[in-house]
Amino acid sequence: MAIKQLTVFVENKQGALVTITDTLAKNNVNIRALSIAETNDFGMLRLIVNDEVTAEKTLSEKGYLVKITDVVGVKIGDAPGKLTAALEVLANAGINMDYLYAFMLRTEKHAYVVLRVENNEIAEAALEKAGFHLITNADICKL
Amino acid sequence: MEKKYYQPEFETMPVEDIKKLQSEKLVKQVKHVYENVEYYRNLMDEKGVKPEDIQSIDDLHKLPFLSKADLRDAYPYGLLAKPLNECVRIHSTSGTTGRRVVAFYTQHDVDLWEDCCARAIVAAGGTKDDVCQVAYGYGLFTGGAGLHGGSHKVGCLTLPMSSGNTERQIQFMTDLNATILCCTPSYAAYIGESLKERGISPKDVPLKAGIFGAEPWTEEMRKGIEEALGIKAYDIYGLTETSGPGVAFECCEQTGMHINEDHFVAEIIDPDTGEVLPEGEKGELVFTSLDKEAFPLLRYRTRDICVLSRKKCSCGRTLIKMAKPMGRTDDMLIIRGVNVFPSQIETVLLNQGYQPNYQIVVDRVNNNDTFDVNVEMTPEMFTDKMSEVLSLERKLADEMKIMLGINPKVHLVAPKSIQRSEGKAVRVVDKRKLI
Repeated sequence: MAIKQLTVFVENKQGALVTITDTLAKNNVNIRALSIAETNDFGMLRLIVNDEVTAEKTLSEKGYLVKITDVVGVKIGDAPGKLTAALEVLANAGINMDYLYAFMLRTEKHAYVVLRVENNEIAEAALEKAGFHLITNADICKL
Repeated sequence: MEKKYYQPEFETMPVEDIKKLQSEKLVKQVKHVYENVEYYRNLMDEKGVKPEDIQSIDDLHKLPFLSKADLRDAYPYGLLAKPLNECVRIHSTSGTTGRRVVAFYTQHDVDLWEDCCARAIVAAGGTKDDVCQVAYGYGLFTGGAGLHGGSHKVGCLTLPMSSGNTERQIQFMTDLNATILCCTPSYAAYIGESLKERGISPKDVPLKAGIFGAEPWTEEMRKGIEEALGIKAYDIYGLTETSGPGVAFECCEQTGMHINEDHFVAEIIDPDTGEVLPEGEKGELVFTSLDKEAFPLLRYRTRDICVLSRKKCSCGRTLIKMAKPMGRTDDMLIIRGVNVFPSQIETVLLNQGYQPNYQIVVDRVNNNDTFDVNVEMTPEMFTDKMSEVLSLERKLADEMKIMLGINPKVHLVAPKSIQRSEGKAVRVVDKRKLI
């Protein structure tokens, strides 16, 4: 069920990000969601793309450190309190979260949240049981 | 009247007499080492040299060299020449690949070392009326213990501050009227800046002299320290292998350091051939300790590039002088007074599962050494969690601190991002311009 996320190690220097997005663009990889975490030394670019296999291959060939991780994707309503509801489900299930990022589309009345948790299966089961709709890479590509 | 010398009988001994004294001591020392140190006996046997072959200081060149590698091989007791129950002290410094150099001292050894330091303090104008603030690190490092002992011998009122806690250093210095400061030159410069920040003028500080060593420093730095603290700054040289600071010390002329030749013989050799070079030529400095009992190294190669000079000194001392070391024959760095070998960093990386792709960047900012280590991230180590990557950095820094005794700033960098020269990563970038 999980979504494939790419994490790329990005050096903290001018133009580092451009080279990555340009490589993806030239290989017809479409970015659906992204988040960047950074320190003084480096950044970590996390991406959800329409074709993670091509993305990983082309970036690795260019010498980038790339890691594919399974993350949980969940669809939530676009209204106050909806994210809280989802997070409460995880908290009640005793699931630790490392990070999350969210994105939304103008055309839809929904937002999408990408969650990195310690145990995907438990998190997914808990969310589904609470009535949340989980999303996959395929869903993301269709958006 | 101010005492000019601590032990004038040795410090101003005619050169001929020094050589005679050295010859007598050397003959005895070689016998002592041959009989008690199997490691060195084997080296002598391999070279076909017997103790009887050493009749005077002119025979010194016949003896085999000792190097840092020998110290590593013989760790910890292999070069010990006295029973452990006759030893009273251990000091230690970092070695090339993680194995530390451990030096042993009998009470006699401690005494002669402290005498050497006392000579340095007196040469800097120290008397029993002085208050001597020792801000070298105390502990395994020889700096604190050496100058502390020397200060006692001179009869100074000794302030055993150890390094760090600059606020307290300044408070003691001003409240208790310290007149002599002993520490690394970079720390002296730092104290000078801290005084300035607090609006304390050098005139308000009772200091008159400083004895600074354990790391390379330039004449420009000397001038800066002298102005900032309102003192005369004296250099001191030594290494744990030969006892510690005080092997050589500067006098009022400030044109090189007098070597305590009644205890140590200095030679300059060609680092490639091992051949002894004549006085005045530049080469590797080699020391033989003439009367240390517990850890008597013969012909120890310091890896310091240096020049000796027997030119008459206006201070009246007849002891030969060594210039400030002009570099190293190996890749050892001295960072914040601590010996650092790139191979030590490499050992840590390999132990932690990294490739040996790293770069040490050393700089001096506001007279303080900065020490950064860039390490290339590996696919095996990489994860999507920031906290894990940051803990990798911390873990590396912790392991390096354990290995080296000083804290580096570790930065994980992208694979292949470290500058390479002919395919090999450039291991050290030293921006300090010390020489």
